[in-house]
Amino acid sequence: MSDIEIRDVSLVYDTPSGPVKAIDNATIRIAASEFLCIVGPSGCGKSTLLNLVAGFLSPTSGEIKIGSSPLSGHGMDRGVVFQDFAQLFPWRTALGNVAFGLEMKGLSKERREEIALSHLALVKLGEFAHSYPHHLSGGMQQRVAIARALAYNPSVLLMDEPFAALDALTRDAMQRLLADVWRATRKTVVYVTHNVAEAVYLADRVVVMTPHPGRVKIELPITLPRPRDPLSVEFLQCQKDLLRHLGSEMDASDAPKICDDGATQR
Amino acid sequence: MKAQVPVAQHESRLRVIARNALPFVVVAAAWEALAYAGVFPARLFPPVETVAAALVRLTVAGILPHHALDTVLRLSGGFILAAIAGVAVGIAMGRWRLAEDVFLPLVSIGAPIPGLAYAPLFLLWFGLGNLSAVLLVGFVSAFPIIFNTWTGVKAVKEVWVRSAQAMGADNRRLFRHIILPGALPYILTGLRLGLAQAWRILVGVEMLAAVPWGLGWLIFGSREFLNTDVMLAGIIVIAIIGLALEKLVFQRIEDFTIVRWGMMK
Amino acid sequence: MTASPERWRMVRRTVVTLLAAAALYEAAARSGIFPAVLVPTLPKVARTLVNLVQDGTMLWHVSYTLARVMCGFALAIVVGLPLGILMGRIRALENFVMPLASALMPIPSLAWVPVFILWFGLGDIVTALIVFYAAMFPMLLNAWTGVRAVNPIWLRAAGAMGAGEGALFRKVIIPGTLPFIITGLRQAFQRSWIAVIGAEMLAASDWGLGWVIFDAKEFLNADVMMASLIVIGGIGYAFERLVFGSLERITVLRWGMVQAAKS
Repeated sequence: MSDIEIRDVSLVYDTPSGPVKAIDNATIRIAASEFLCIVGPSGCGKSTLLNLVAGFLSPTSGEIKIGSSPLSGHGMDRGVVFQDFAQLFPWRTALGNVAFGLEMKGLSKERREEIALSHLALVKLGEFAHSYPHHLSGGMQQRVAIARALAYNPSVLLMDEPFAALDALTRDAMQRLLADVWRATRKTVVYVTHNVAEAVYLADRVVVMTPHPGRVKIELPITLPRPRDPLSVEFLQCQKDLLRHLGSEMDASDAPKICDDGATQR
Repeated sequence: MKAQVPVAQHESRLRVIARNALPFVVVAAAWEALAYAGVFPARLFPPVETVAAALVRLTVAGILPHHALDTVLRLSGGFILAAIAGVAVGIAMGRWRLAEDVFLPLVSIGAPIPGLAYAPLFLLWFGLGNLSAVLLVGFVSAFPIIFNTWTGVKAVKEVWVRSAQAMGADNRRLFRHIILPGALPYILTGLRLGLAQAWRILVGVEMLAAVPWGLGWLIFGSREFLNTDVMLAGIIVIAIIGLALEKLVFQRIEDFTIVRWGMMK
Repeated sequence: MTASPERWRMVRRTVVTLLAAAALYEAAARSGIFPAVLVPTLPKVARTLVNLVQDGTMLWHVSYTLARVMCGFALAIVVGLPLGILMGRIRALENFVMPLASALMPIPSLAWVPVFILWFGLGDIVTALIVFYAAMFPMLLNAWTGVRAVNPIWLRAAGAMGAGEGALFRKVIIPGTLPFIITGLRQAFQRSWIAVIGAEMLAASDWGLGWVIFDAKEFLNADVMMASLIVIGGIGYAFERLVFGSLERITVLRWGMVQAAKS
C-alpha cells in the first residue's frame, strides 16, 4: 500500500471576475494504510483536493506524490468513488461494471469474472452480479461502485462523500461495511465528508479545512479503539471536539479532550 | 402509442381490444352513413366495403405489394445512407472541435428548410426516378440524425468519463466503452426522428418524382381516374407500414438497449 | 447565457464555414463541368433574388404561403389544444381519440393531397387542410402529455389550500402544462412549414413558395429555385429565433420544469 504526500499544494482558478484561490498551500502527509477523512463546510476545497489527488485537476503550485512518485494525471494506482449513484455504467451489469478496470488492465475473461465476483461478495452483493444498475437501490449501487474501485487493486482509495445521498439507516450500514472492507483490504483511504459523526466513525485521522480560500486548519487523530460505538461517551466527545474546530457553538472545554492529544494546529 | 391504463392490470385482453376498436367502428359507421347519404358523388366518397374491396383486389393481384415494396426499398436505401453518414458526422462533431466548427453551421442552416423544398432541385440535377428519391430522402433525414448524435456524444455524463479514466481507459477505449453506449439514447432518438422524416418526405417525393412504382405514385396517379377507393386503400397500407416501422423496428431496438439499461430519457 | 468570447467564436466559425462552402460552390459552378442553367453562379442567384423581391413577386409568394400556414396552424391550435387538454382530463375521451390518432399519425400529411384534391379541387383549401393535418398531431399530443405531466402533488397541495375546480385548472394545470404547450406549438409550426411547401408543390395552382420552386423546374430555372430556398430558409430561421426563441425566454418558468424532447 502507498503513502500519499501533499506538499504546499495550491490551486487557483481563472474566473471572469479575476483569479480565485480554491486551495491555499495545503500540506498533508498520509501514511500507508491510513484512513484519512477530510472534513469541512461547503466551499472549503475538500472535493477539489480529492480531485487533485485523483489527477483530474493539476495544482497551480506544489506537489503531490503517491508512494514517492510524483503525480501526473489519473492512473490505476488510485480508485475513485463519487457521490453520484449514477457513476455506474447503466449499460453494463454490476459484474460488468466491477470488471471494467480489469478489462482495461487486459486480464482474461475468466480471471476478470473471478476477481469481480469476489469483490462483489466482499460488499455482499454476490447474487446481484447480473443485475443492471437501475434495478439496484442507491445503497447497492454505491456498494457496486466501491467494489469497482477496489477490483483492480489500486493502492489508494479516494471517496468523495459517497454516502451523502443515502438515507440515514442505509448510510450507517454502509459505514460499517466500509470499515469492514478497509480492515480486510488495508488500502490507504482519503475520504471527504461534511458529516462529522461519519468522520469520527471511520477515520484514523481527520483533517479540518476552512473555506475562502480552502486551507487546512487542523489535523485531529482519532484514537478510539475499533470497532467504534457511535453512541459511546468517548465517541460523542470526539465529535464535540471536531465540531468545535469546525467553528460550531458546542463547547466541551470541561470534559477531557480524548481526541485532542495529538492535535496539530496549522 | 396507446393510452396508459395504470389501474387495469387485470383488464382482460378482450376488453382492451374492444376498447381500442370502438373508435374505429364509430368512425366507420359515420363514414358509411355519409357515403350512403348521397351528399357526395359515390365515386369520390366510396363506402367502406368498396375501399375494402379495392384493398383486397389490389393485394391479391400483387399490385399493392409491388408498390409497397418499392416504397419500402426506397425508404430503406435513403435511411441507411442517412444513418451511416449522419451518425459518423455526428460523432465526428462531438469528438473533434474542428469537425464541429465545420459542420455545425451547415447543419443549422440546412435543417430548418423543409426537405421537399429541395426536391425540384434534386430532380433537376439527378433526373426523375429512383436516384433522386433515395438521395433526397437520405439528405433530409440525415439532419436530425446528425444533430441528435452530436448532442448525445457531448452529453455523456462527466462522472462516467472520470470513473473510466480513473480505471485506466485511454481515449480510444473511452470512446468505445463509454462515449458510444452513453450517447446511445440520443443516437436512437435521432434515428427515430430521421426515419419519421424520411417516411414523411418519401410519400411526397414519390408523387413529385414520378417513380414507376410506389405508394405515393399510386395514390397520386389514381387522381386522374377518380379512383378514390384505390387512394384510400393505398393510404391504409401507408398507415400500416408507418405503424410497423414504429412498433416493430424501433420499439424492439429500444427495448433491447436503452430500456433494458434503464436509460430512457 | 453564453459568455462573449464563446459567442464570438461561434459567429466567426459560422462565417468562415459559410464563406468556404460558398467558395467551393462557386468554383464548381464556374468550372464548366455542369450546365450553367443547372448550377448557377452565386452572383446570378443573388441577382435573381433581388429581381424577384424588387418586382414584388417574391412578396406575393411569401404572403400566400404564410397565409396558408397561418390558417392551417391556427385551426390546428383551435382544435388540437382543447382536445388534447380534455383528453388528459377525461379518460373516456382519451380512450376514444388515442387509437384514432395513433392510426392517423403514421400517415404523412402529403398522402392525403390527392384525396383532398378530388374532394376540394386544387387551391388554397387543400393546402391549408394539409397544414392543419400536419400540425394537429404535435399540438394534440403535447397538450395531452402536458396535462398528464402536471404533478399530482401540486393538485393536492392546491386543493388542500382551498382551490376549487376552476382555480385548479387556471392556476395549476395551465401553468403546469405550459412548457409542453410551447413545445407543441413549436413542433406544430415546424410541421406546418414543411407541409405547406409540399402541399403547394402538389396542389397549389398559382403563387406560393412551394409552387414557385416546383414551377421553376419546368423552365430549368435553378437560380429561381435557389433564390426561393434562401427565402424559405430565412423565414424559417426568423420564425425560430424571433418567435419561438423569445417565447421560450419569456416563459422562464420552463426552468426546472420537465423538458419535453426537442425535435
